Amino acid sequence: MAKTIGEINNRIQQGKAVVVTAEEIIDIVKQKGINKAAQEVDVVTTGTFSPMCSSGAYFNIGHSKPRIKLGGGRVYLNDVPAYTGLAAVDLFLGANALPDDDPRNRIYPGEFNYGGGHVIEELVAGKDVRLVATAYGTDCYPRKKLETWINIKDLNEAVLFNPRNAYQNYNVAVNLSNRAIYTYMGMLKPNLGNANYCSAGQLSPLMNDPYYKTIGIGTKIFLGGGVGFVAWQGTQHNPTVPRTEKGVPREGAGTLAVIGDLKQMSPKWLVGTSMLGYGCTITIGIGIPIPILSEEILNYTAVTDGDIFAPVVDFSEAYPQRKSDVLGEVSYAQLKTGKITIRGKEVPTASLSSYSRAAEIANTLKEWIIRGTFELTEPVAPLPGVESGMTLKPLKERPITG
Amino acid sequence: MAVSKRIVLHFPPRLVDRPIVSRLVKDFNLDFNILKASITPDEEGLLVLELSGEQTDYDKGIKYLTKTGVRIQSLSQDVIRNEERCTHCGVCITICPTGAFEIEPLSRRVNFYNEKCLACGLCIKACPPRAMELHF
Repeated sequence: MAKTIGEINNRIQQGKAVVVTAEEIIDIVKQKGINKAAQEVDVVTTGTFSPMCSSGAYFNIGHSKPRIKLGGGRVYLNDVPAYTGLAAVDLFLGANALPDDDPRNRIYPGEFNYGGGHVIEELVAGKDVRLVATAYGTDCYPRKKLETWINIKDLNEAVLFNPRNAYQNYNVAVNLSNRAIYTYMGMLKPNLGNANYCSAGQLSPLMNDPYYKTIGIGTKIFLGGGVGFVAWQGTQHNPTVPRTEKGVPREGAGTLAVIGDLKQMSPKWLVGTSMLGYGCTITIGIGIPIPILSEEILNYTAVTDGDIFAPVVDFSEAYPQRKSDVLGEVSYAQLKTGKITIRGKEVPTASLSSYSRAAEIANTLKEWIIRGTFELTEPVAPLPGVESGMTLKPLKERPITG
Repeated sequence: MAVSKRIVLHFPPRLVDRPIVSRLVKDFNLDFNILKASITPDEEGLLVLELSGEQTDYDKGIKYLTKTGVRIQSLSQDVIRNEERCTHCGVCITICPTGAFEIEPLSRRVNFYNEKCLACGLCIKACPPRAMELHF
C-alpha cells in the first residue's frame, strides 16, 4: 500500500485527500484496524501549543538616512534589548530577553511581566514598537542615535527562527522541599503539593513520528498561525534516550528548530508568556502533518496518552543539581485524570501545554490540507535518528587558571 | 437590617495568638464563617471571613477589629478572566485554593467559576499569559 508524498499531494489537489487529526486516528485504527486505516487515510495532523523558551525572531529594519550601523551597538525594542552582533540593520530578539531595569528575582519571586516574547507578540499583532538604538558611528554609517517607532508591515524581513521547539516528551515537575519553588515548569508547592507537565501527548508532533521517519529538514508546518518549515534538528536533540516497545521516548528526546515568516503569523498562536520567579518566554503553536506512507507510519500516529510515559523529577534538588534521580514514571493518561500518585501520595496535576489549543491547531492544519491550500513537502534531509548515536552532553567545566 | 459581607483580615504578628475573632460572636452578636485562614512565613495571619449580623452590630464589630490593630480589606474586588489571553493550559487549576478552575474532560478547556473565587489573587501572577485580572 506504500504511498508517496507526490501521490498524496495529487489527492490534495483533487480535493480527495483523507485527512484526520492525531486524536481522530486513534478511534479510526480501533474500528478499522491498521491495514484498512492506512489504505484510507492520507495525512494525520498533529499540534502543540506550549511555552517554548528557545525561540526568537530576526528583523531587517531598513536603512535610516543618514545610515546607522546597529551591529556592535545597542538596540532596545520596547526597552527589551535585541542582539546586534549582525550586519548594520539586522537584529535578533530572543523570547527570554528582559528590559535592563526589570528587577528580575531581586524581589522574589520576580513577576517578569514583559520580555522579548511579548515584543514579538505585539509586533505580530501589528502594534507599533519603540526602537531606541545607539551606535559608535563610522565613515559609511555616521549616525550614532536612533529613536523611532517601527511596525512589522514596514520591516524588510521579520522571521521567527526558533532553535529549539516541539520537545518530544518532557519531565513532570514536582517539589520535594518544604518551601514553594518557582520554576520554568510553574510554581511548585512544597512537599509534593502539585505536579506540572508540559506536552500535548498523543497530539504532539514528534510523539506521532517517534523515529522521525517523515518529519525532517524542510518539512512544511503550521507555525504561529502561519506557514513555516523545520530548519534543522533543535538544540539538545537527543534521539538515543530509552524508548517504549512502540518507540515512544520515555523522557525528553527529539527537538526541532523551526523557521517561518512572522508577517503571516497571528498573536493568537504566539503569546508572550511570564513564568513567575523564572522569566519571560513565548507560547508557540506548531502543527505538523504526517503523510501516511506505510502501515508502520500510521501505527505510530495511533499512539495514545496511555502509551506515553514521562519521568517525574524533583525540581527542588534533582533538577537544579543535575542528579539523575527519577521519582517514577507516569502516563499522560494518568496525568490527565488530574492526579497521580508519587511516593504513596496523591498529587494534583496541571499542564503548561494547552491540549485544547493543540487540538485546534491539528484541526486547522487538517482544514488547510482538505481545502488544498497546504500541500506536503518531502524532507530535504532526515533528522538525526537513533542510529546517529547523538546524545545530550553535559557541560564539562575546565577551570581557567593563571 | 441584617447584613452579610465577605472581608479579609490581616493580623500583624503580635496579634496572631490572641482570641480576637471569637469576641465578634460573644460581644457583638455576629456570625462568622471562615472561608480561608493562613499564617504567612512572616507570621502575619490572614483570615477570610463571611461576617453576618445586624448592620449596627456589624459596624461595631468592624470598629472593634480596627481598634485591635487588625487591617480589614473588603472583598468587593473581583477576579476576572481575560478570555482573549487565556490559552486554556490549566496551570491555574492546582494553584487555586478554592477549586474555581476546572478542566472539561473532553475538550480540555479550562472553565473559571467566578462564584467559587475568593479573590485571593494567587492565580494572577501564576498565569503564564497573565489572563487573570483583579478588578476593584
